[in-house]
Amino acid sequence: MRKTSDPTATAADPDAHLAVKVTEVRKSFVLRHTHTLKETVIAALKRKTLTSRFDALKGVTFDIPQGESVALIGFNGSGKSTLLKMLSGVYRPDAGEVRVRGRVAGLIEVGGGFHPDLTGRENVYLNAAILGMTKAETQERYDSIVEFAEIPDFMDTEVKHYSSGMFIRLAFAVAIHVECDILLVDEVLAVGDEPFQKKCFDKLQELRQQGKTIIIVSHFLDLLSKLCDRGIVIDQHQIAFDGPIDEAISTLRSLAPAS
Amino acid sequence: MIPGTSKGLLSIPTYRYLLWRLIRKAVLIRYRGSVLGWFWSFARPVAQFLIYFIAVGIFLRLGTTIGDYQVYLFSGIILIGFFTEVFNQTTQAIVANTDLVKKIYLPRELFPVSSVVVALINFIPQLLIITVVCLIVGWHPSPTQLLAAVLGVFIMATLGLGLGLFFGALNVSFRDSQNVVDIILMMALWASPVLYQASTMYGSLPEWVGTVYQLNPMVPAVELMHYAFWAALDTPKTGVVGYTTFTLIAVIVSLVILVIGQLVFRRLEGRFAQDL
Repeated sequence: MRKTSDPTATAADPDAHLAVKVTEVRKSFVLRHTHTLKETVIAALKRKTLTSRFDALKGVTFDIPQGESVALIGFNGSGKSTLLKMLSGVYRPDAGEVRVRGRVAGLIEVGGGFHPDLTGRENVYLNAAILGMTKAETQERYDSIVEFAEIPDFMDTEVKHYSSGMFIRLAFAVAIHVECDILLVDEVLAVGDEPFQKKCFDKLQELRQQGKTIIIVSHFLDLLSKLCDRGIVIDQHQIAFDGPIDEAISTLRSLAPAS
Repeated sequence: MIPGTSKGLLSIPTYRYLLWRLIRKAVLIRYRGSVLGWFWSFARPVAQFLIYFIAVGIFLRLGTTIGDYQVYLFSGIILIGFFTEVFNQTTQAIVANTDLVKKIYLPRELFPVSSVVVALINFIPQLLIITVVCLIVGWHPSPTQLLAAVLGVFIMATLGLGLGLFFGALNVSFRDSQNVVDIILMMALWASPVLYQASTMYGSLPEWVGTVYQLNPMVPAVELMHYAFWAALDTPKTGVVGYTTFTLIAVIVSLVILVIGQLVFRRLEGRFAQDL
């Protein structure tokens, strides 16, 4: 599976303690207004604009040492999720560099790999494999995944017959049991009922105590203040503040347009 | 390490467990909700076979000039069917897995490669039918002839995957490519000696046309199937063409197409998640 150590890291490497290193990363999206060759040709002949550009990130730089838990906060559309997708490798930066050390697993939109026609058990194994786990790792954790989701009687039922709550609990249970060094969490703290949310929160705290690097995107600022050491505020596609979580939250609140 | 980078097809062995899970998923859901299930993997090629057997074999009387026409026709038609499935499914593979491509990074080659393996699994029932039919007619293949069938399938799988990587990558941005694929597939049946014998074609056309025709890797691939099943029947055969040189060329051409497909795929891969 994914490499757990970076061969280029040596004892003399000043970055040896880092889990994530993001250097001057830029990302812009080209919004195409045409989707077939015909449209493209006709628009080109009429000299219409084929595309427009949208800068999602304008030069972002930060380091995250191993074992730190960091919140990425900002308003909708500020570029947080884009940044998280670059850490997971879904997007590649246009300029700059993203480097990570260790296995990265993303709780990005829970349940993405689930198939409604497969049983809960099949989905657990499939989704765990998609998130980078080996067969042995999944077998070892299977029982605690089921226990976490609290649906032991439904593991051989097709997922399409699940209630939405059951579905989300199982998906989240798989994701949070993934073996990794760096965990990316995108706005999935609001899943399930209150006791389940509490359980997820406790599990994240546990992972944090185990020394995992955690990077969370969320709008639940109160929760983040308990879960994270550090906050990075992203505003207007740039870093507006990077420091202790409480200061980050008050910075973000001061940025909010007075209404 | 840099997230979102892989060695393309070469990194597939590292991901073999995930590949196996993706294949298992595709096989498990394929006939979900259909009463007759796997019967349909037999029904489709048999129906296609009957249509051509009646139309071309009986009405156009090709069945009388080619001995054991049913075996000749079926051994070729299932290989073209296999190629059709590989090419279609690999072209669709990225678009069909939009959810995963947009959310989680995996070497994206996993999706087309799993489609090829699934197509191979669906090909097995058809191989069973032809084997049973051949055994009834009387069939004594040499080891070389059996290897020929394997080589024929290999050429088609390689060619289908190579073309599928190419058109599948283009399909992300331009859905037109599916239409190009449909046209290529429509020609595939007639551009290879499935319904007719290649030897009858050479007589009626200039020699260079015949050479170009044989450069199509599908032609030697189909002939390898004929060699393995039809020519190995106990009844004597005429019109069997030697294809050693063109088989070698077909292997090389399909591998070259695979490399080109992979290079184009890798070049466009960085944009998949944002263009879907």
